[in-house]
Amino acid sequence: MPTSGSGDYHPGPVAIQPGGHGDPHAVHHPKLQHHFDDMAQQAEASTLGMWVFLVTEIMFFGGLFMAYIVYRYASPLGFEEASHELNLYLGAINTAVLICSSLTMALAVRAAQTNQSRGTQVGFLLVTMLFGFGFLGIKAYEYWEKFHVGHVPGPYFVWDGQYPHAAEQFYSLYFAMTGLHALHMIVGISIMTYITIMAWRRTYDAEYYTPVEVAGLYWHFVDIVWIFLFPLLYLIGGHY
Amino acid sequence: MDTITTTTGLNYLNNGYGLKSWLLTKDHKRIALLYLWSVTAFFALGGFFALLIRLELLTPAADLVQPETYNKLFTMHGVIMVFFFLIPSIPATLGNFLIPIMVGAKDLAFPRINLLSWYIYILGGLFTIVAAATGGIDTGWTFYVPYSTAASNSHVILAGLGVFITGFSSILTGLNFVVTVHRMRAPGLTWFRLPLFVWSHYATSLIMILGTPVIAITVLLVAVERGLHLGIFDPALGGDPILFQHLFWFYSHPAVYIMILPAMGVISEIVQAFARKNVFGYAFVAFSSLAIAIIGFLVWGHHLFVSGESTYAGLIFSILSFLVAIPSAVKVFNWTATIYKGSVSFESPMLYVFGFIGLFTIGGLTGLFLATMGLDVHVHDTYFVIAHFHYVMVGGAIMGYLGGIHYWWPKITGRMYPEGLAKFAALCVFVGFNLTFFPQFIVGYLGMPRRYAMYPEEFQVYNVLSTAGASVLGVGYLIPIIYLIWSLKNSPLAGPNPWGAKGLEWEIPSPPPTENFAVTPVVTQGTHQYAPSREVGIAH
Amino acid sequence: MDQLPLFPVEASAQAGQVDALYFFLVAVSAFFAVLIAVLLIVFAVKFRRRREDEVGEAIHGSIALEMAWTLIPLGIAMFMFVWGAQVFFHLTRPPRGAMEVYVVGKQWMWKLQHMDGAREINELHVPVGRPVKLIMGSEDVIHSFFLPAFRVKADVVPGRYNTLWFTATKPGRYHIFCTQYCGTKHSAMIGWVTVMEPADYQAWLSGGSSGISIADNGAKLFQDLGCASCHQEVQQGRGPTLRGGYGHDVKLNDGQTVAFNDDYIRESIVNPQAKIVAGFQPIMPTFQGLVSEDQLLQLVAYVKSLGGAAPGGGIPIPPSLMPKAPNGREPGGVSGETGTGRGAQPAPKSPGN
Repeated sequence: MPTSGSGDYHPGPVAIQPGGHGDPHAVHHPKLQHHFDDMAQQAEASTLGMWVFLVTEIMFFGGLFMAYIVYRYASPLGFEEASHELNLYLGAINTAVLICSSLTMALAVRAAQTNQSRGTQVGFLLVTMLFGFGFLGIKAYEYWEKFHVGHVPGPYFVWDGQYPHAAEQFYSLYFAMTGLHALHMIVGISIMTYITIMAWRRTYDAEYYTPVEVAGLYWHFVDIVWIFLFPLLYLIGGHY
Repeated sequence: MDTITTTTGLNYLNNGYGLKSWLLTKDHKRIALLYLWSVTAFFALGGFFALLIRLELLTPAADLVQPETYNKLFTMHGVIMVFFFLIPSIPATLGNFLIPIMVGAKDLAFPRINLLSWYIYILGGLFTIVAAATGGIDTGWTFYVPYSTAASNSHVILAGLGVFITGFSSILTGLNFVVTVHRMRAPGLTWFRLPLFVWSHYATSLIMILGTPVIAITVLLVAVERGLHLGIFDPALGGDPILFQHLFWFYSHPAVYIMILPAMGVISEIVQAFARKNVFGYAFVAFSSLAIAIIGFLVWGHHLFVSGESTYAGLIFSILSFLVAIPSAVKVFNWTATIYKGSVSFESPMLYVFGFIGLFTIGGLTGLFLATMGLDVHVHDTYFVIAHFHYVMVGGAIMGYLGGIHYWWPKITGRMYPEGLAKFAALCVFVGFNLTFFPQFIVGYLGMPRRYAMYPEEFQVYNVLSTAGASVLGVGYLIPIIYLIWSLKNSPLAGPNPWGAKGLEWEIPSPPPTENFAVTPVVTQGTHQYAPSREVGIAH
Repeated sequence: MDQLPLFPVEASAQAGQVDALYFFLVAVSAFFAVLIAVLLIVFAVKFRRRREDEVGEAIHGSIALEMAWTLIPLGIAMFMFVWGAQVFFHLTRPPRGAMEVYVVGKQWMWKLQHMDGAREINELHVPVGRPVKLIMGSEDVIHSFFLPAFRVKADVVPGRYNTLWFTATKPGRYHIFCTQYCGTKHSAMIGWVTVMEPADYQAWLSGGSSGISIADNGAKLFQDLGCASCHQEVQQGRGPTLRGGYGHDVKLNDGQTVAFNDDYIRESIVNPQAKIVAGFQPIMPTFQGLVSEDQLLQLVAYVKSLGGAAPGGGIPIPPSLMPKAPNGREPGGVSGETGTGRGAQPAPKSPGN
């Protein structure tokens, strides 16, 4: 039968050291959550958390990239033909827009990190969001264009090239991949809105800027996904 | 007794009583209890479906329910047991409760995300329950295309969304564990001083993080194909149904390890506590968890040996499947060696350990039959497979879960459970389990295919045995639910360390205070040293 | 043992091999399961707690033991792997000259066609002692063709052909099961394979056959669907000639090559744009939805009958080593069933070896 409280055959593994590492009475930053010891631990946890999350995101997109590889390998010419119908210029402009947004995002993190004024922080964040909206606007126009000419897969799919089958598959993947990416952009812009409001309230400074940094990581990731999507979808078969 | 351990005073249970104090809690221990209630509810539901399945199979004809209903029953049984019970069972309850305490932290790294993961789980569960209540789903838990996208008339999209949503709960739990283990360990608690429970949960979390997104996107693509007729998997629309199987098993095979690894962690803890001895070959047990997690990602193709997969791909998956069996064998040998020269007592958690080792050994060995290509051709998709994975998931994972619940019940609730009843229940589970599933190996080798509402008469004897065993098993599961609830009010208080066990969780009061530790502990040696070190072989 | 059989009857040449493997694994499993159980019980009893404050000895481990119980199981596992792979190779490589039967799975029945045109549903008649190769396609969802008495099984996947072969050794009636869940009446998608003495089989065959072989049906379809206007006997149409191509590699217009096999023929009918033969335009319309799975198999049989390299599924012979495809029929050989009347089609059967 169990014996109550008889666990002390010899000293346990724990030595309690009051006033040591986790002294609850030490003065701490107002943004320090109760379960962290100090700001450094909190910042490291948040950053690592975002990196781990991004790994799951890679796997998430990975399933689609896998499907893309399989189907492109099955019908390389069909994919090439379908790709030629995409608007290369709009795709290229969007790539540039996103790269610029990553730059302003990095500058926003830098602004918070170096204790710059809230005007600078908010300014960079707003420009980043503006680029984000620009990207979505152009993407929406492209979708509208495809919708207009009947390149949306399904019963109303229209294709007058040689490979209607492969083209429909290509556009299935095109909408799935860019749609998922656009969804991530929308989430990113929502996060940015929150970060901007908090920055306006002077939340972030050199001591506490993790949320800006973590949001930045997410934003860069979404950009990088596009950097893969653009050549895979728009640049097949050298029509540039 | 330590000065900080008191059984009176404020703890996480009496620190606030309202509904709001539970539904909005950020305390990992309360969230663990939210999970405990919900996974138990899903277990009861999945068990109810299992009961109906076994009753239907009592006779060769489809006389209790129509085949159409039977198909929905085994689908709902699989979906609920896999996605809503087995995957969250140990990590979200015991893991949630214990990992912060075991690493000497006040909470998980992201308490709000932890609560969010429970809500996501419940939301996904609601989708699935709505799908079940409004007509059910009949694709099997594997959602194979093109049946699921083109042929089935049931609520595939709704149930698929349920699985998709609940996947994120799993991802967030894994993320929380990884960050907590990396960043929240108490001073002095080095990686090689961590309890093996933490190691196995770390390995589990890696699978959750890397695998779950793939099933999420796969199920989403099924829903999209079914809803919008995009040609991704259905060959009639130009897709490839085998691609679905690759993507599905890329997650769902590692998912088996999501279920069994935490149970292995529980077993490692209990065996040390009741043999009063540190585990034999700590590093080997710890690293075998990681090895299982990593190799486990490379074996999915053994589900496709008869699908028309190329022979060479099959060869690679076959050899890797044999490799993944080795770390599991290493664990079994190490647990057995741990008992050697221990001081063994036989409270019910330890009985579950014996049960686990025995049943998991059989489950693991029969896995070799399925990795052997020439043999898998015959037994693939027969009751042999059913018996094999129930030996791993029920004989393994659920035995571990029950053992863990009993072992930590005094810590979680502050009260003991009735030991005599618990021993009886453990015996029922062991006997009932074997009677249910052992005959299925035989009937499987005889050729009885899985998912059959009707079957030829020569298989009946074995099915009757199975059903008889299932009723004993059902009683074995029902008894603990009753006495554990009863014990909440009526059992004697447990005190901080009723087993005389080692580990940080036994150094604090039962139930633990909200903050776990009044001050962050400093760890000076491995957490499971029972006797002074004797230098034999390797040491840490 | 009639009431409680432990093993299914062995009715094929392969069954013994699979069972031998099975018995070996059962023996290994029993050994380790008993070993672990005995050790657990002995240790638990011998080292049971005798005093309340007793603790175990601090033994941390032993590299030698760890190595032993890693490497020994690994060695046994590798032995199983090699043996299992060997049996698998045997199970999946049909011998040349196997008698071919075409199988179509659909919810919820099996439709089988013998080469000479005899059709069966949920029943398969085969002679004893003769290798039989099933070429299987599905009309709807994935099924799986399982013959427990023969220890063989293969998924039947829509959009492609999978094959399965066996040599029955014991006359009798044995189960056919569908083992891949396929919907409401999955468990009713069962049937019987009847193994007969060769003479009985011949008698059965002459009674049941329509007299028109699959390839003949395919030839008729080939004309009716207008295939023949482009795919002509000699290379002059808008499509490549199909004569003598089967079993060889075909060069495609994107530089890749593809094996001219059953799957390629099927794909070229339902999705003709996918792989265009070098030098041709992708002008062929798709026949998806216009021809049933049965008809597809007939067309495949016809194209195969136009001659080519090794018969389907056999080990391909490099084209350089191939004899020219003969036009006439060969006695025995692949097609097997003899004596049924033929139309005026040239080369109604694929040649023998």
